[in-house]
Amino acid sequence: MSSFKQMIGKVKFSNVSYKAQRNIIIIMFLAVPLTLLATFAFLPVANMFWYSFTDWNGYSDKNFIGLENYQTIFTNPEYFSVFRVSLYYFFATFIQLGIALYFATVLSFEVKFKNFFKGVLFFPYLLNGVAIGFMFLFFFRAGGTLDTVLGMFGLGDFVQKWLGNPDIINYSLAGVSVWRYMGFNFIIFLGAISSIPNEIYEASEMDGANRWHQFLYIILPSIKIIVSLNLILAVSGALSAFEIPFIMTGGANGSATFVIQTVNTAFKYGKIGLGSAMAVILLFIVILVTGIQRKFFSEEG
Amino acid sequence: MKNKKTLAIVLKYASLLLGAFVAIVPILAIFFASFKTGTEYTTTGPLDLPASFTYFENYTRAFNEGNMLVGFRNTITILIISVIGTTLIGSMVAFVLNRFEFRGSKYILGAFLLATLIPAVTTQVATFQIVHGLGLFNTIWAAIVLYLGTDIIAVYIFLQFMDSISVSLDESAMLDGASYFTIYRRIILPLLKPAIVTVFIIKGVNVYNDFYTPFLYMPKTDLQVISTSLFKFQGPFGAEWQVITAGVMIAIIPTLIAFIFLQKYIYNGLTNGSVK
Repeated sequence: MSSFKQMIGKVKFSNVSYKAQRNIIIIMFLAVPLTLLATFAFLPVANMFWYSFTDWNGYSDKNFIGLENYQTIFTNPEYFSVFRVSLYYFFATFIQLGIALYFATVLSFEVKFKNFFKGVLFFPYLLNGVAIGFMFLFFFRAGGTLDTVLGMFGLGDFVQKWLGNPDIINYSLAGVSVWRYMGFNFIIFLGAISSIPNEIYEASEMDGANRWHQFLYIILPSIKIIVSLNLILAVSGALSAFEIPFIMTGGANGSATFVIQTVNTAFKYGKIGLGSAMAVILLFIVILVTGIQRKFFSEEG
Repeated sequence: MKNKKTLAIVLKYASLLLGAFVAIVPILAIFFASFKTGTEYTTTGPLDLPASFTYFENYTRAFNEGNMLVGFRNTITILIISVIGTTLIGSMVAFVLNRFEFRGSKYILGAFLLATLIPAVTTQVATFQIVHGLGLFNTIWAAIVLYLGTDIIAVYIFLQFMDSISVSLDESAMLDGASYFTIYRRIILPLLKPAIVTVFIIKGVNVYNDFYTPFLYMPKTDLQVISTSLFKFQGPFGAEWQVITAGVMIAIIPTLIAFIFLQKYIYNGLTNGSVK
């Protein structure tokens, strides 16, 4: 910063014509950001495409092998079937948004201890992912927090091997994901609902509308765009679910998501070509989902 | 009618309490366990109160044996540089793109827009080679350049906010002979303050909580951040959950303090930052 100032001092920047200044400022202000953007956002995507057509392992020569990597992914169930795991997170997303919408609506009306509830429901979103991972390893352990709570309510018979049973593990992990991210959607929805002018509710009450009517005909239509935006964020988040299962189980017991599989393929087994092809597929799916959403969105908006 | 209304109120509070319970219980169990001695931990249930809330042995062990001081130091260094860097980069780009129209400016805006569509976690396979090639692997610069280069939400927040800063301010400063740089530095930057707070918060939360960037790019023990130092608790502390939970608490406490003091800004920051 200071060298920047000195340099400007030397050429007596304020004496230069505004037209020249303009060009200098444009170049100086954009040079670093654009270099970073090109190097760390776009170049990786371009390289990834190129690697995905090769058999590169990180050290060998990159031999062009056409679509072989893609063929492997789509024909070898070991790779593509993990997308099934993403479905758990995908469906959990809808539950997450439903809960967020419910609490946002409830808390936008008169409620005692409003700030307490708001804070508590939101706080998990701020927490460190690794801390959450350990917290829920502790939560799901045999005789851990969950089992104790179930026992307290006389539901001891429902105790399961939450992370040990391959049929249940993905529900448990998707549940953690809901716990972690619900607060974000909740705060966004709450902000959107609170921008609806009070008079509209008052007018509707005069017409005899109850809370449910108000939700259906006032709240929902006015926050439709925010809801769909959150839906797209949540869906692409679900497709690229990684942290929670990676930290908690490392992908064991049938909990490997597509991203865990990609990271393992590339970094653990050194199959960079194949891993790149997997990443390309995921990128396409995420962009496709976003594109569909944006289209829907602009028609609505 | 009256009964129905009472029932609705009861259900409303019951659902709120249930929500609060679900949000708090996992944290509470960690909190309790972190104050228990080894034998106490094995003989009591997760929701039983510890014998004493002044037993800090687990905390000292977690902090020292878990190398958490190094973690905090690196996290803070990376956090400060990334947050300031993001603010400068974001505001400079927003200033130029908002105030000047020039050949290619639309494409540059488009490039920043497009970049938000790429989920960073998918491109790590190739990003890794670039970071490695630049000799940044196992340096804190790996995390910093990635935070500055790939997470460009700040550009949006500033662009949005720039719209509300009237161009007539620039023009009157120009009548006084101010250079464009002075306009950016003395007029725009101070007026962007609310947006800067938003960026600080969003970026701060992201950097403090990020796991995979330091995990992939900075495996060296000296370079571990809070996330990665906590992640390493798995091995050495094995079944010593009372120490692991203390480590988890140590990672959470700064977040809790920040939340208590900055609540209003955090809520506003997220609400402003999410509307693209």
